[in-house]
Amino acid sequence: MNIVVLVKQTPDTAANLTVDASGRVSWGDAPLIVNPWDEFAIEESLRLKEKFGGKVAAITMGPESAKEALKQAVAMGCDEAILLHDPAFEGSDAVVTATILAAAVRKLGAVDLVFMGKESVDGNSAQVPPALARRLGWPLLAYVGKIREVDPAGRSIVVERILEEGRQVVRAPLPAVLSAMQMNEPRYPSFMGIRKAARMAIPIWTAADLGLAPDQVGAAASAARWPAIFAPPKPEVRCEFIQGESPEEIARILVDRLLAEKVL
Amino acid sequence: MDFRLNDEHRMVQQMVREFAEREVRPVIQEHDRAQKPIPWLFERMAALGLLGICIPVKYGGAGMDYISLGLACEELERVDSSLRVVMSVHVALNSLSLLQWGTEEQKQRYLVPQARGEKIAAYALTEPGAGSDAAAIRTTARRQGDVYLLNGEKTWISLADLADHFLVIAKTDPEKGHRGMSAFIVERTFPGVKTGTIHGKLGVRAGNTGWIVFENTPVPAENRLGEEGEGFYIAMAALDNGRYTVAAGATGLIRACLEASVQYANQRTTFGKRIGEHQLVQEMIAKMAANYEIARLLYLRAGWMKNMGLRNTRETSLAKWFATEAAVQAALDAIQIHGAYGYSDEYDVERYLRNAKGEVIYEGTSQIHTLIQAEYALGYRRDRPLRCELPAYDPEVWRAEPAPA
Repeated sequence: MNIVVLVKQTPDTAANLTVDASGRVSWGDAPLIVNPWDEFAIEESLRLKEKFGGKVAAITMGPESAKEALKQAVAMGCDEAILLHDPAFEGSDAVVTATILAAAVRKLGAVDLVFMGKESVDGNSAQVPPALARRLGWPLLAYVGKIREVDPAGRSIVVERILEEGRQVVRAPLPAVLSAMQMNEPRYPSFMGIRKAARMAIPIWTAADLGLAPDQVGAAASAARWPAIFAPPKPEVRCEFIQGESPEEIARILVDRLLAEKVL
Repeated sequence: MDFRLNDEHRMVQQMVREFAEREVRPVIQEHDRAQKPIPWLFERMAALGLLGICIPVKYGGAGMDYISLGLACEELERVDSSLRVVMSVHVALNSLSLLQWGTEEQKQRYLVPQARGEKIAAYALTEPGAGSDAAAIRTTARRQGDVYLLNGEKTWISLADLADHFLVIAKTDPEKGHRGMSAFIVERTFPGVKTGTIHGKLGVRAGNTGWIVFENTPVPAENRLGEEGEGFYIAMAALDNGRYTVAAGATGLIRACLEASVQYANQRTTFGKRIGEHQLVQEMIAKMAANYEIARLLYLRAGWMKNMGLRNTRETSLAKWFATEAAVQAALDAIQIHGAYGYSDEYDVERYLRNAKGEVIYEGTSQIHTLIQAEYALGYRRDRPLRCELPAYDPEVWRAEPAPA
């Protein structure tokens, strides 16, 4: 099976994000990491490769420094890595990002599965997987919690999707686009992988390489606008100790308070 | 001159950091309190390749360089010293000695399973009556035909109860002092080998430390490492590697103290401001930050010298001496910054202090290192070439696959 795993470089989840008056988001000197949701996709892709053979190619769109994230993916076991980088990509929204990613998947050719995290921990829009599936014209299996079976010869896959209401079992033909929930324990990079990653020359594909015109990418092609960016107001926390003679009385007061606050 | 770590080093650092943080940090306090080693530790370290990190691939290792060994030690000891101790004895003191002095047969038989983590290895020099004065050891190895009969007692041996292989230093010719010592590879299963645990240590309580007794233990002559009479030099060369890992580890301990102190100093308030804004607290933080950088540069230089195949006894001793003394001070100050909370085992810093104190004693006390440094400076001490030097790191050689059998 040939799998493409899409990774994004994001600030560490422990980073302290700040937004200044002009709406610029900063994470200080916190390290950049592979989007944790994508790590589940990497791990699952590697398991599929180990089971069925084939290759896993990691692709990211971002600045040159995003090669770090690709190296991490290779160190974990991915076979190839490609950086999609072009100054013209700057300001692309989720749909345009999907256009660029779809062009890269098509350029690779003979891809059975595109896998990525359900969302990135920085943008959190979760729009790229559906937009990409639409661009490729492949079925979307979003929020996958488990792969039940894969039949590479019969060109089909059965997965469990994790929905708010429960789990949904879905069968789809291949190729397909999958987005991963917390579905495994991602492996650490191996020393062999680290050695390979450190020496690997990572190719850069530009808009021209992908056959995309300048007006198809970047801010100009994007429909989404960001009129204002601001930090959410800090929730006000009040602490109240409920006292009473007996557990029953305390419970009754608590229920009354919860009703009064319209929690119940 | 390039002070940056390369991609490989940074990835090693991150991988080891994640392992230690994710898997060991949540359970270490409990094991430290109970004085019980983490039962799955060797298995996990082996699976990650850590137990053969800087051993060539053809000998079962991961084929990384000596700087990677140091970085791994720093990250491990940032979480707990007992993790780094495994690297010190298994990788540095034992496995690297086999790489340096071993015959091809000895490497195949002992180094390969050790580098793969299938067998655990320890180093046995210290005795009840001989620590800093290594030439005063009393364990004897008497040649009798094809074997040496080993008799004596070793103590303060890390992993004594858990190791499969021991590198044992014994006297083959007691009349000749340090020139009458030889090194032997001893398997736990050899007759007359007994081990036991030392309980009640101040620190490294999640690590196993113990004693070994040899009673007429027959050691095949082919298990002698190096020549007869070379044991002292082998023991000292091993310490050049062991001390390197202690230096790197202690550097990680300083960082652990610094990180804990910075976090606490930014949370705790007294007299209406964060305690980090008080100048006397800042002084302690500044010293930790400076000592961390100094210790790090010193061990990385020693690691670089190992990579280049340069003798580094002096530089490694300096790195070990400085980093361990600074680690004790950093831990003391970290407790001071944490106030009464730091005095309790609810926080990590008291464990850091207990662990740090051992480091100014083992692998050459601070006093021994002071003398070594003075002797080098005064011109009283010079390194003589060894019959076998630690091989310089050559990526091509280290990464070559073994020839098919």
